This record gives sequence, structure tokens and C-alpha cells, in this order.
Amino acid sequence: MTPFLSAPRQFRSTRVAAPTVDQVMVEERAASFARRSIKAGAKLAGLKMVVSMMDLTTLEGKDTPGKVAYLCRKALQPIEAKYQVPPCAAVCVYPKMVRHARRFLGVHSPVRVASVATGFPSGQFPQRTKLEEVRRAAGDGADEIDMVIDRGAFLAGEHRKVSDEIAAVKEACGAAHLKVILETGELVTYDNVRLASQLAMEAGADFIKTSTGKIQPAATLPVTLVMLEAIRDYFFETGVRIGMKPAGGIRTAKQSLAWLVMVKETLGDDWLDPALFRIGASTLLNDVLMQIVKTTDGHYQSADYFSLP
Amino acid sequence: MKAKSSSKLKTRRAVAVLEPVAPAHSVKPVASVRDRRLKFGDRWDYAPAPETVPVKIDARHELFIDGKFTPPHSGKYFDSINPATEEKLCEIAHGDSEDVDRAVKAARRAFDTVWGKMPGRERGKYLFRVARIVQERARELAILETMDGGKPIKESRDFDVPMVAAHFFHHGGWADKLQYAFPGRTPRPLGVAGQIIPWNFPLLMAAWKMAPALACGNTVVLKPSKTTSITALRLAAIFQEAGLPDGVVNIVTGTAETGGAIYHHPDVNKIAFTGSTEVGKVIAQACAGTGKRLTLELGGKAANIILEDAPLDQAVEGVVSGIYFNQGHVCCAGSRLFVQEGVFGTVIKKLRDRIQTLRVGNPLDKNTDVGAINSSAQLEKIRELVQCGIDEGAEVEQSECALPARGYWFRPTFLTNVTMSHRVAQEEIFGPVLTVMSFRTPEEALERANNTPYGLSAGVWTDKGSKIFKMVGQLRAGVVWANSYNKFDPASPFGGYKESGFGREGGMQGLAAYVNLS
Repeated sequence: MTPFLSAPRQFRSTRVAAPTVDQVMVEERAASFARRSIKAGAKLAGLKMVVSMMDLTTLEGKDTPGKVAYLCRKALQPIEAKYQVPPCAAVCVYPKMVRHARRFLGVHSPVRVASVATGFPSGQFPQRTKLEEVRRAAGDGADEIDMVIDRGAFLAGEHRKVSDEIAAVKEACGAAHLKVILETGELVTYDNVRLASQLAMEAGADFIKTSTGKIQPAATLPVTLVMLEAIRDYFFETGVRIGMKPAGGIRTAKQSLAWLVMVKETLGDDWLDPALFRIGASTLLNDVLMQIVKTTDGHYQSADYFSLP
Repeated sequence: MKAKSSSKLKTRRAVAVLEPVAPAHSVKPVASVRDRRLKFGDRWDYAPAPETVPVKIDARHELFIDGKFTPPHSGKYFDSINPATEEKLCEIAHGDSEDVDRAVKAARRAFDTVWGKMPGRERGKYLFRVARIVQERARELAILETMDGGKPIKESRDFDVPMVAAHFFHHGGWADKLQYAFPGRTPRPLGVAGQIIPWNFPLLMAAWKMAPALACGNTVVLKPSKTTSITALRLAAIFQEAGLPDGVVNIVTGTAETGGAIYHHPDVNKIAFTGSTEVGKVIAQACAGTGKRLTLELGGKAANIILEDAPLDQAVEGVVSGIYFNQGHVCCAGSRLFVQEGVFGTVIKKLRDRIQTLRVGNPLDKNTDVGAINSSAQLEKIRELVQCGIDEGAEVEQSECALPARGYWFRPTFLTNVTMSHRVAQEEIFGPVLTVMSFRTPEEALERANNTPYGLSAGVWTDKGSKIFKMVGQLRAGVVWANSYNKFDPASPFGGYKESGFGREGGMQGLAAYVNLS
């Protein structure tokens, strides 16, 4: 195909209009959530809520069924029962690992199986392979599919292409929930994030998700705030509640509480629920558990007391 | 059993791969139009997080004259009240004209013998030292400021006290560079500066006024507001600690008469006043023809203008910080919101949600967003004006938060169905009350924004740079913020047009008010 064959006008006509975002003010507002002081009972309740919202993740080339088994058991019971910590929301694995996770968790499990798909993390694959991958993961028993958008197409202004692809993936998901990863670190501007969020929601996403975790910066407070604001406007417009999943870079209990504060003060109580808010993380869980133990027992335990996922 | 379930799954996979599952979309529940509201309840609520109070407050605070804390001539004291609890904090000396005279004499002596002659770089050292001590004692000052004035600890800790230090640092830097601020001219200090400050930012206003005066070589007689004297006197202790020569700064606490004694005193060379327009006019009359230099920073009724292409979520943030910051006790508060009609409904909806998340209550709690109203008199004034708005047909939107049983409180409020001829759209309320009006074209917004006797500040919200420049050029206001609000910096001059006063404070321009040029 000859490049530049299509007239520029055609590019423009595919654009979706989305509200603009002011960088300075959105960053200032986002920073204010981290300054909330969460103490005592609120801290304990918040941290347990964080565990229940966690997508415990392993996305490495060296993943094996054995590693996934560790992950699933940890998600089912993060710590001794006496601390009354709920199970994690889901485990998040590569498509190849879905059947192993499913096998380990059983058919009816409080922990759901999420699978990344569509050529994770780059998304630079033909659509046919992407859809095949999604169908396969869903067929293997994935409850949730975390797809990546085609950032190349998005940045080139081919928004309709991105949108169509999301819709096709949604269809391929069947009953599985679809989380759409925007990879905000590659979209760079808040205006792009806002636009991509809107586009994903309109194309059928159940959740929108910040990042793959493979690109820096991953989930930041301001980027998540922009996406929460997009979710809010979409809810007002359509009455549909879309979920939010920040992923990548949330490593400490304190950080996770700032995210919870942001959800509470931006979208309210309805979204303080694993059905509408998740945190994707691989190393966060034990830090949260350490704080839960500290808040319950009054003293810190060494890291050796917390089993690795 | 495991083997069994896995073989079952294998079959399922095979089917899935060969025959793609028919699209069985999970149907998302749709809320009806009436239910499209956010619920800000207590599914997860914050526990109280009060700042601990290790701060000692003396039962009695004396006047600070000639480097020493001395009792007032009258022997009288008045009570200082914590507006959040209505409890007495301490007694404050009631200075009278005798005390003011003593203070002015001490200031004159200090000016003639030490401060006026001291090289700028030496003066600068004192200011830097004061700034550093303020930073060291930041927590103490923040707690005191919050207890005395009712503002949230979050604001006194993150805004007031750091800005105090910043003003001393900034002006410490100017002290030996004054000739560069006025190229080709020779700046000389004026002499004794009388400074009268309000209760909304007690410590910050003291620093804001004193730092440039001292940097330029003047000596100071300062009168804090009656309801908020404690932190200014704590600053006096810091001056002592910094070894500032006796008499360079004198602080006379008291009432309006005490202030009157300062601006009527014949040996004062300059008056700087921040406060109400009403008092500002009295002072201007008193100073007319006396040769006293005068700067006034008075009331305001700022317009915050949201154009329809603005980043709305951030604009709403700016509106909230513009009017609810410091309970709206801000002379430059964005108290008139003008919203272009196309986005009027959206902005109101967002604003309604946003004020529900503002936490009102104990100012010492680190999560409090809106603290206590400074005094019962001010609360009365706010109530009266809002009632007047209601009587004139305005619709009231308020947050539904619970208020503490004791203390002076007013919920974050905004009024719609208001026009320019409503009293609430014209008078300064000086509380957490916003009036919202609409407009149709940028020209109309400009006309309405300028249609006020005040002219202190304004805000413009738009995504388009050219619109910002056009509006800023035509708004008759001393400070205009674009896509932000209530941003301050010691390097930036601040001051008003029309009945909001004259003269500038802060930055290079602010120095001009404290020097004679030759």
C-alpha cells in the first residue's frame, strides 16, 4: 500500500471528541489524595479492602504451572485465617497459564482467573492472532481478559481502528469480562489518556486499566484520576458503571491506600468494590499483609513470616 | 479428582478453539437517569487523625515593644477564643494609644540608630535567620495558627507556614540588591511603617507585610487582628531568638482603636493595611494630606470564568479551592462563578458532587478540608447574607456533612438562580459561599466580571491560550489566574484595582511601597 494515500480529512473524521485535561491541576488534585491521613481502624479496613481488590499477577517469561500454583494458593488465602483477610480478587497470568490456574482454583472459586491477551504487552500483532488468543484464553477458563490496545494505531490517529479492535475482542471474550489496557506510559499526554478511556468504554470495555507493567511510567495517581473522571462522565451519560484497574508501580501499602482514597472521593462508595475497582500488582500483597499484621498485633514481623506468592 | 476436572477442562478448551463461542456479552447493568448519582457514604470512612498538640500557650500574652514583652498601659486584656471549640486559649494585651506611641518611639529609635543605617547584606542575614527558625518551628506555628484561627491544619501546615518562610527568604535576598530593583535610582528606607493586618491569614499577613519593610530598611509597628494575635506574638519570640535589634519590630495587639492610634500617629511614615474596604476608606481619609505613604489591600468579589472548552473536572477543582480554601476567608476568593451556558448543567452537577466530599470539622484533624468560621460575628454575617440570597430567590446547594456541636461552622455552599442584581452577587460574603451565574459569550463574561466595585482577582478557565490572553488583558483585576486559582509566590506582586485597594505587595514591585527613590 502506498503511504499517505488517504486524505488527511479521513483521519480527522475518525476522531472521537473527549474533554481536555489540564496537566497542572490534575496533578495537584491527584497529589492531594496521597496527603490524606489514614489511621487505625480505617487503615485496617482499607488494607483488607485492597487485598480483596487485588489482581495478583505474574507475567514473566519464566512462569511455569508450578509458579502459578504458588500464586493461586496465595490468592486464595493470603495469610493465616486469624487475621480475617479476604482472598484476592483474581490471579492474572499469561494465556498459556490460564488452564493451570483454572485447574488449581477449580471451577467455582472466590478468586477469578484473569489473562492478559492480544499480543501482550506490545499489541503489535495481527488482529486475527489477537482474537484467536482471546478465544483460547476464554475457552481455557479465563473469567477476565486484559487486552492491550494498539497504541501505534491510536497515536497515528486511527481511533476507529482501535475502537473496532476493542469491540471485536469484546465479542471474542464471550462471557468473560474485558479489561482494556491503555498503556498510559506510551500515550504520554493526559488528553490522550482521557480520549483512549472514552474510546475503550464506548467500544465495550468492562474495565479500563492503566498499564501492562512493562513500560515506565506505569500507574500514577494523576493518570488514574483522569481515567476515573472519564468513568464518571460515562456513567452520567449512559448509566453504565465501568471498572478501573491501575496496574504496575503500586508496591507499598501506603501507596495503595492513596488509590483507595482517590476512588472514594472521585466515584464514591459504589466503586469501592472488587467488581468495579482492582489493583494489578505482583509485589504489593506482602507489604499490605505486613501492615495488616502490624496494625492488628501492634508490631512488625520480619519479611520471612510472609509466604512468597 | 484433580485429574478428572482437568480432563473436563481440556475438552472445553478443544471445543472453544474449534467452534468460537457465540457472542454472549455480559450485559452491563444500566442505571436509570434518576439513579445516575455518586454516593459519598461511609462504606470506608477515615478514622479521626488529629494532629497532636505539644504546643504551650502562655495564659497571658503581652505587647512586644522595643524587643521586650511588656504589659499594656491600660492593664487590660481580652480573651482569645478557639473558634472550633469556643474555648478560651489565652488573654491578649489590649494596647492603647500610649502603647502605640511607645512602640513608634522604639521603632524610630531603632530606625535612626541601627536598622536604617545597616548595610543591606547585614539586614538580609537577619531575615534569612528568621526564615530558617520559622522552618524549624513550622509544626508549632501551624498548630497555633489552626487553634487560634480555625483554619484546617492541612492548610496552615502546607500553605501558611511554608509561605511565611518563603517571604522572609525572598525578601532576605532583596535586602542587598535593592538598587537592582530600581535601576538608575537610589532607594532609601521610609522610616517607621505602621502595618495593620486581618484575621484570615494572621501569620502569613504579618510576614507578607514585615519582610519587605525590613528588607528595605524600615522599622515596623504591627497590629494583628483582635481575634488572631497569638502567632504574630510567637513570631516576635522568633525575632528575639534571631537576635533582631530591639525596636526594629514592635507588635501592639488590640482592637480597632489600637489600629486607629497607629494610622493617626504623626511619626509613622507609611501605613500598610489589609482588611475590609470600609476600614480602608477610613484609613485613606485619615492619611490624606499627612504625607504618610499608603498601600491598601481590601475586599474582593472575584469572578471565576469557565468557558465551554475548559477542562471541566480541573476547573471544578479550581472553583472549589478558589472559594472553600480557608473557609472562603480570602480576599481574592473566587466568589462569583460565571459558567458558559453550554456547560452550565455539567459544572453544577460536578460541583454538587465535589462539595459532598469536602470534610468539615475539627481543624486539627489532618483530613479536614474546611475548618471553623473565624468568629461568631463573621458566622452571623455569612448567615445573614445567605438568608438574604434565599429571600431574593436564590437556590441553595449545600454539602450534607455533619457539623460539630460546638464552635462556629458553615457548610460549603453555592447559590444558583442568582443574577447580577442580587445582593449575594455584589457584596463580599467572606465565607464558604459561592454564587453561580451563567453567560453566553466571552464578551459578556468580561463585562459581567468587571461589573463590580472591586477588582482584586479573577480566574479564567479555557483550553485555548488565545482566549486566556484576550480575557486577561481586559479583566480589571490585579491578579488573574489562568487554569488555576489561589496560587501565590513571594516573587509575584499581589494587589487590586478600584475598591480592592492600591499598591502591590510581594515581588520586585512590592518593594516600591517601602522605599523613597531619588
